[in-house]
Amino acid sequence: MLVIRKGRVIDPASKTDAAMDVLIDGERIAALGAEARAADAEIVDATGWIVAPGFIDLHCHLREPGDEASETIETGTRAAACGGFAAVCPMPNTRPVNDNASMTRAIVERAAAAGRVRVWPIGAVSAGSGGEGLAEIAGMKEAGIVAVSDDGHPVATAKLLRQAMEYCRPLGLPVIDHCEEPSLFAGAVMREGLPSTRLGLAGMPAAAESIAVSRDVQIAGLTGGRLHIAHLSSRASLELVREAKKRGWAVTCEVTPHHFTLTDEEVGYDSRYKVNPPLASPEDRDALVDGLADGSVDAIATDHAPHERAKKDVEFDRAAFGMTGFETALGLALERLYHPGRISLIRLVELFTTGPAGVLGIGRRIAPGEAADLTLFSLHHQWTFRSKHSASRSRNTPFDGRSFRGGPVMTIVGGRIVYRR
Amino acid sequence: MRVVDKTQLMSATEFDRTLQRLAHEIVEKTPQLEALVLVGIRRRGVPLARRLARHIEAILGRAVEVGSLDITLYRDDLSTVAQQPVVQASDIPSVDDRDIVLVDDVLYTGRTTRAAMNGLFDLGRPRRVRLCVMIDRGHRELPIEASFIGRVVQTSATEIIEVRMQEIDQEERVMLVDRVP
Amino acid sequence: MLERLRHLLAIEPLSAEQISFLLDQAKPFQQIQRHPLKKLATLRGKSVVLAFFEASTRTRISFGTAAARLGADTMALQAESSSLKKGESLMDTAQTLEAMKPDCIVIRHAASGAAQFVSERVGVPVINAGDGLHEHPTQALLDALTIRDRRGSLDGLAITILGDILHSRVARSNIHLLSKFGAAITLCGPAMWLPAELERLAPGVRRSFRVEEALEGAEVVMALRVQQERLNEPALPPDEYVRLYQLTEARLSGARPGALVLHPGPMIRGFEIEPAVADGAQSCVLEQVTNGLAVRMALLFLLIGGAGGPEDLAHAGD
Repeated sequence: MLVIRKGRVIDPASKTDAAMDVLIDGERIAALGAEARAADAEIVDATGWIVAPGFIDLHCHLREPGDEASETIETGTRAAACGGFAAVCPMPNTRPVNDNASMTRAIVERAAAAGRVRVWPIGAVSAGSGGEGLAEIAGMKEAGIVAVSDDGHPVATAKLLRQAMEYCRPLGLPVIDHCEEPSLFAGAVMREGLPSTRLGLAGMPAAAESIAVSRDVQIAGLTGGRLHIAHLSSRASLELVREAKKRGWAVTCEVTPHHFTLTDEEVGYDSRYKVNPPLASPEDRDALVDGLADGSVDAIATDHAPHERAKKDVEFDRAAFGMTGFETALGLALERLYHPGRISLIRLVELFTTGPAGVLGIGRRIAPGEAADLTLFSLHHQWTFRSKHSASRSRNTPFDGRSFRGGPVMTIVGGRIVYRR
Repeated sequence: MRVVDKTQLMSATEFDRTLQRLAHEIVEKTPQLEALVLVGIRRRGVPLARRLARHIEAILGRAVEVGSLDITLYRDDLSTVAQQPVVQASDIPSVDDRDIVLVDDVLYTGRTTRAAMNGLFDLGRPRRVRLCVMIDRGHRELPIEASFIGRVVQTSATEIIEVRMQEIDQEERVMLVDRVP
Repeated sequence: MLERLRHLLAIEPLSAEQISFLLDQAKPFQQIQRHPLKKLATLRGKSVVLAFFEASTRTRISFGTAAARLGADTMALQAESSSLKKGESLMDTAQTLEAMKPDCIVIRHAASGAAQFVSERVGVPVINAGDGLHEHPTQALLDALTIRDRRGSLDGLAITILGDILHSRVARSNIHLLSKFGAAITLCGPAMWLPAELERLAPGVRRSFRVEEALEGAEVVMALRVQQERLNEPALPPDEYVRLYQLTEARLSGARPGALVLHPGPMIRGFEIEPAVADGAQSCVLEQVTNGLAVRMALLFLLIGGAGGPEDLAHAGD
């Protein structure tokens, strides 16, 4: 038994924003408000804190199996817990690729044994994510996947995407696409623009993403299937998503904290800033913030991409793409979106809870009977993120040393406290 | 590093008289004056060489060739130079078969003179090289001697001799100064 | 007193004063090229590593000669481009270089930012001899010295750069350098190698897509190599390039009379430049080579000569 006392509960599903206590019994929420009393319960004093449903990260990389030097399910989920996430969705681009039921089962079992938070795997769209022929999607669904994606690559052809969306529709699985037109991306290491010209680095134009988004949303319209655009990074792509939503097509999208915070102007030859999709122009970054505010963007997802030092501490051209992100996501969202008054608190919580849950077709709420997954965070305490103290095995983040106002203070999964600041 | 004035070794008048005397000595001891070239070692050797040349011209009634030599590239102690070493062009009319008098303000360890000779010999083959200095302060580390000396002064290793000239320092005198910790 | 130069990685961060200082320092070394005995002992006992990861004979020999004439020893580290792909990483290479305990590293590499990467990891002065598409600072310095010697000053010149600008680090370095002296720079070449962002690289830059228009009024014309090996996109048919952009005598006559013609080399006579222009009276290519040696000697001298404590130069004396 656990009682969370005097916190400010924000539950987007019921539009609640009120001070109330929460009683947890075992793995479930037992009662709220005046009824949240129990004689022998452990008490958590949540004065000054927000109590939200457990955050969900729709997009991350846990690297196990195949690249345990960079991260494992254990270390990755520990970092996720430190970031306030109660559930994470790891992408299938492990080695081997998660494209069949037994692979999915192995991941689920490993997570049950060693994971700190819930692990809801994403399976591959195509066998080996090679772009030819569908993977064992139904089998993987039974084993526990919540979506499919060939992340790391775009879904190879329009035809394959169509087949996948039609096939996944009765299974209730969204198809998540990493939108990228390969011939415009080939060889690029950052966004094409003045910074790339000055640095002499090969760049890719925003159109490399939006051309693929355009293809994808039309197929969503054609098939009636559910499409989710991963790590959207440009205004042009966002406008296509808005258009598709207006037409009633089941298209959703996510934006990463680094894309709503950084731009290509910050890239020097520091490979911690090398990501895919690349950091975009200031205009794109500002458009993404607008989209997060006006509801065009459904979720914040980290795309936590850990890489061991040897893969990043090389010349920019050869460095791996990606940065870690679990532990800085909420701090950046508060800094860039909430504190400047761009979005309300309830909207912030939506972006981490009901937004991602909606993409997956599930609910996420604080109510008696629901799973006791809660994220408690503060809006005010000053703290500094240091990558050397990160729970992740990898240190590839440009936010090392960045100070934040507000951040996660406790993460509860199935009634167990998995992180306490 | 700071320095503090200790003693004046020469006043402006004494300085000029010494230069005149040196000019006469050079003329006396140079059999073929058409071959004479005065080469000032940068930095202070250069205005000294020019003044000497003017005095010699007054004695002879005709011009004497003057050149300048930058020894930065020939030093043996570049690693101890703190600030950015800067090299300037050298400017010597001709070296081959000439009777050269190197001119410098102070002769101390002899290393500058050695470097200057290296520089000269890169440019050609002089008939003869002699050295003229305002002050010889002893403490030689190489077998180098000056043929024309303004004054010999005993010094200690911490002391420094400053030959201050109008062209560079806006004053004219020779000072003995001390390094202050 | 100018801030002391520790590395030479790029032209972009240097001020016009620093550049003028570097060019002035090259002058004594131009003089030395005319001495009967060209060898000095200034850097005797010092060693310079020539880490050339891209094929380059001319620049490597130029740096090697510069070091040798200053009396320094050179150690050459050459990697064939094929082994680069299999790859010893630049990190391994940097550590190997440091273990050799050199006094200076001269590096040419196919990755933009490689020189900076090495300078951040090895405690030794680094000279960038060309990093990817980014910069080739010594080339711009020797070009500037050539122009300054012929024209008297670098101020406010009308410059035209002709060729594959997008893939040219020589162009970038020259754009940065000449812009600092108030040049009006016109870039000309096939449109897909001339993106709009180039005009924002530095003040005074504009693009032109017709070579005749670009050459009007030019006092200096720089013809670039066409970088066949660097293109990872469909290349332009050679005949197209020659027809539209070759620097011919006829086209050159549209520039100011006596306009200087520079080329970083090696030239492909008959391709980007007509033989008559390459070897004509306006061509400065031979001076560029000599000045390259002088500039590189000056840089080695400035970066290696002198290291120590807070003594006053005026009193470090004899």
